[in-house]
Amino acid sequence: MTTDTSLPIPAFSFIKLDKSGKPGLVAQRCTACGAAYADSERVACGKCGARADKLETFTPSLEGTLHSAVIVKRGFPGVDVPFISAVVDLDGGPTVKGTLRNTGFEPENIAQGIRVKVCFDDALGRKDKQGNSFIAHYFEPISA
Amino acid sequence: MSQDIYIVGINMIDFGRYPYRTPAQLGAEAALAALDEADVTIKDMQAVFSGSNYTTMIGQKVLQQIGQTGVQIINLVNACSTGASAVRMACSAITAGEFDTVLCVGVEQMTGLGMLGGAVPGAIPTEGLLGSATMPAVFGESGMEYAARTGATQADFAQVSVKNHHNATMNPKAFLRKETPLEMVLESETIAYPLTKFMCSINVDGAAAAVVMSEEKVKQRGLMGQAIRIRASAMASAPWQERDPIMHDVNGPTQLAADKAYAMSGIDPKDLDLVELHDCFATVELQHYENLRLCGDGEGVKMIRDGSTEIGGKIPVNVSGGLLSKGHPIAATGIANMFEIAVQLRGQAGERQIPGAKIGMTHVVGLGTSAAVHIFEKA
Ligand SMILES: [Zn+2]
Repeated sequence: MTTDTSLPIPAFSFIKLDKSGKPGLVAQRCTACGAAYADSERVACGKCGARADKLETFTPSLEGTLHSAVIVKRGFPGVDVPFISAVVDLDGGPTVKGTLRNTGFEPENIAQGIRVKVCFDDALGRKDKQGNSFIAHYFEPISA
Repeated sequence: MSQDIYIVGINMIDFGRYPYRTPAQLGAEAALAALDEADVTIKDMQAVFSGSNYTTMIGQKVLQQIGQTGVQIINLVNACSTGASAVRMACSAITAGEFDTVLCVGVEQMTGLGMLGGAVPGAIPTEGLLGSATMPAVFGESGMEYAARTGATQADFAQVSVKNHHNATMNPKAFLRKETPLEMVLESETIAYPLTKFMCSINVDGAAAAVVMSEEKVKQRGLMGQAIRIRASAMASAPWQERDPIMHDVNGPTQLAADKAYAMSGIDPKDLDLVELHDCFATVELQHYENLRLCGDGEGVKMIRDGSTEIGGKIPVNVSGGLLSKGHPIAATGIANMFEIAVQLRGQAGERQIPGAKIGMTHVVGLGTSAAVHIFEKA
């Protein structure tokens, strides 16, 4: 048995690794009103106010639809441009923000309604002060 | 409102870059100009509502410059709605009967912050990984959502910059005062498509201040001749919406605040002579035409295409040049928008005067989210 100390750390709270280290998404849904959140530790429902005992954890779909996006051409120092900042409605919820990759940088590449899938990969080589690696989610177009 | 409330003195400093001046000095200059116009002194102020997003305790710092009278000072931090929030608080406090004369000040010093602002510290930087959290990206995404719904094109959005920059050529207080033809706007550096550099407001230093009085006090001091009646003062936060705050919703809070303001004043959108709205980015101006009920759903595009919101159009918008031209010193912007309305209602706007302007609206919206809408009428 090896220990999991070498496993990367999820970059965001809505990414979770299973026991084998395989990454997936985690989200919460309100059983009272149906609202979905890309979160795992909500105190209550922001839509109806139901308390945490009414919130269930679920595994969202790894496919969804592009709702809106921009092509970022001027970025912070050290951040490679261009890249696409995207808002995606996962099938069955919730909405997740992220970077859309493996596509072009033309307006037609960010049209609303494009079908995308969620992939997981190293967080652009970024490490924390202790030298830990992180794993992040990326959107990629589902080619027809 | 249960009793009428008025702005009797209002001013803004010329927005720009003041690296060698302190926020307190900028705020003090605006405050003194507002006090002078109202023919009162700091000793007449019974309370101060002040705000800044980057400087703490700004009200105290301003009074350390112009007079430490010991009055109550409440500092507000409410993003881009901070200055308007100060006026809203003044209205609430005067309506409650606690005060009859109040000073409102909004100040921001932003020189050196750059267009994108600073990265938020965390375990690892998230910019480029979690999409982009810069304002051009956030507002660009909101604009692309609008475009998908209405068919607005990048050129439609760019036309907002053409209009507002043109208006600013007639406003000596604006930071950017030059014509930017459509090709120039579209061909300038792309920041976050669809937004180019000329479609983004500029981070500048600024301050604006207003003296707010109850009707009784205005009459007592004989200031009715210059008074601007506040017909409505309304604010709202973001109501629950499935994508907010993953995607900040600037539409819902604006609609809520606008509807409250119309209900409060009994004024109809068609009664408005001009509107100063929160054009932090060119895209969002079209969204706010609809949010503020200046037109029907999906008709914002038509408004910019047919010139309805130009000077001389059906409902001129951002006659001052807007945030796109004046610059956008966060906490000062709300009161600066009111300054333009006051100048217009008094018929003192010179070349850019809307003839016979009687009723004007101001709007700001801060991400997070907070929207403020005020309606004014010449007393
Ligand atoms: Zn709920």
